[in-house]
Amino acid sequence: MYRILTGAAALMIAGMAQAEPVAPSDVMFDDGTVAASLTGVAGDPVAGRQVAMNRKLGNCLACHVNSDMSEQSFHGEVGPELDGVADRWTEAELRGIVTNSKMMFEGTIMPAFYKDAGYTRILDDFAGQPILTAQQVEDVVAYLMTLAE
Amino acid sequence: MRVSIAILAMALGATGAYSGEDASLTLEDGQSLTIRTDAPPHTENLSEITSGWVYRSDETQALQLDDFDNPAFVFVDQGIDLYAAVDGSEGKACASCHENVEDFAGLRASMPKVVDGELVTMENLVNNCRTERMGAEPWKWSGGQMTAMTALIGLQSRGMPVNVAIDGDAAPFWEAGKELYYTRVGQLDMACSNCHEDNYGNMIRADHLSQGQINGFPTYRLKNAKLNSSHGRFKGCMSNIRATPFAEGGDEFKALELYLASRGNGLSVETPSVRN
Repeated sequence: MYRILTGAAALMIAGMAQAEPVAPSDVMFDDGTVAASLTGVAGDPVAGRQVAMNRKLGNCLACHVNSDMSEQSFHGEVGPELDGVADRWTEAELRGIVTNSKMMFEGTIMPAFYKDAGYTRILDDFAGQPILTAQQVEDVVAYLMTLAE
Repeated sequence: MRVSIAILAMALGATGAYSGEDASLTLEDGQSLTIRTDAPPHTENLSEITSGWVYRSDETQALQLDDFDNPAFVFVDQGIDLYAAVDGSEGKACASCHENVEDFAGLRASMPKVVDGELVTMENLVNNCRTERMGAEPWKWSGGQMTAMTALIGLQSRGMPVNVAIDGDAAPFWEAGKELYYTRVGQLDMACSNCHEDNYGNMIRADHLSQGQINGFPTYRLKNAKLNSSHGRFKGCMSNIRATPFAEGGDEFKALELYLASRGNGLSVETPSVRN
C-alpha cells in the first residue's frame, strides 16, 4: 500500500520561492522527529528504493531485513526489520530516524544519513558532506512509507 | 610442528552453514583449543569470550582443522626459510642467535608487552633484531616477510592461553587502547564496540559479526589469500566505516592491539587462523 505524503505543505510554509534544501545543520528536530520536508519536493518511493538498496548510499540491508527486497541475498540483523515500518512510525518519525537516528535513540549504531559535521577522523573523501542528499532522504522516507503490512 | 585439529563435537540443533557456533576444536594430541571461555574481569561488558573461528562458516572452519588444509602454512613454510636465511651486514640469520624456533613457545601469548617503558609488538621484536643485531633492513609491518615470520613465531604458542599484562607499566597503554575501542569514528560514526561488543553473533549483510578477537593473528583471509596482520585488519575496519585509519605500527594501533589482546585473555592462541 502506498501512502506517499507530498512535500507540498512544507513548500508553502517555506514561501514557494526556496529551491535550496534544508542544510544538515539546520534540520529541526522535535523529540527525534522531523516534521517538515527537507526539500519541499515530494519523495519518490521508486528512487528511494534504489537509494535504500545501494551499498554506497542507504545500504539498509546491511543491518535490516526487508522482505520487499527479497530478491537481494543476505539481509542483516543488526537493526529491526523494515517490514511494516510504515505501520509503526509516522513520516515525521521516519524522516527523523533516517536524518539522524541518534536524536531519537541515544547510543544507536545506526549512522546519521543527513549530517555533515561533528565526525571524528572522517576520511577526506567524505568530509563535509552527508551520506545522502536531502532529496535522497526524502525519497527513502517515501519508500519506507510504502512498507506497510 | 604440524598439529592436526579435529572437530570433537558438532552442533546440537544448529542449522545450515553455521553449526560452528557450538563446535569445539581439539588438537590431534588431545589438547583442546579454548575457543570460548569466561570473559576476564577487565572485559566488563562481556560474560563469555569467543574466538572468531566460532562465527565462520563450516567450510571456513574446516580449513583450520588440519594444517595440511590450512592455506596459512604455505606462508609458515616461507617463514621457516626466512628464519634460516642470512641477511644484513652482520652475516646473521634469525637462527644464528635463536637456534630453535620452538624456544619462542609462549611469546605470542604475552604480546604485546611493555619493555623499558615502550609498548612492543611481535613486529617490533622482529624488526629490532633485524636492524640492531643483523644489520638488515626492517620489514614492512604487514608485508609478506613479516607476516610469514610472525606466523611462524606465533605458531609456537598455539594452544596456549592468551595472557597479556594490562597492569603496571602496561596500564596507560591499555587505557589508551580501551579509549580507542569505544570511540566512534568516521562518517558511519561507529566504535569497535558497536559491532564487536554490542552485535557479535548478528549478521551484517553476509558477514557474521565476531567479537573481534585477535588470538588467531596473523590470519589467512580467503578474501585476499594472504596472511593479514592485526593492524592491517584494524585499518580495513576503519576504512569500512569511512574513517581515516591510524598508521600500522603506530602508537594508536599498538595500544588497540594490547587492549584487544587483553579482551581475549584465556582464549587459545590460534595462530595462524583462517577467516573469510
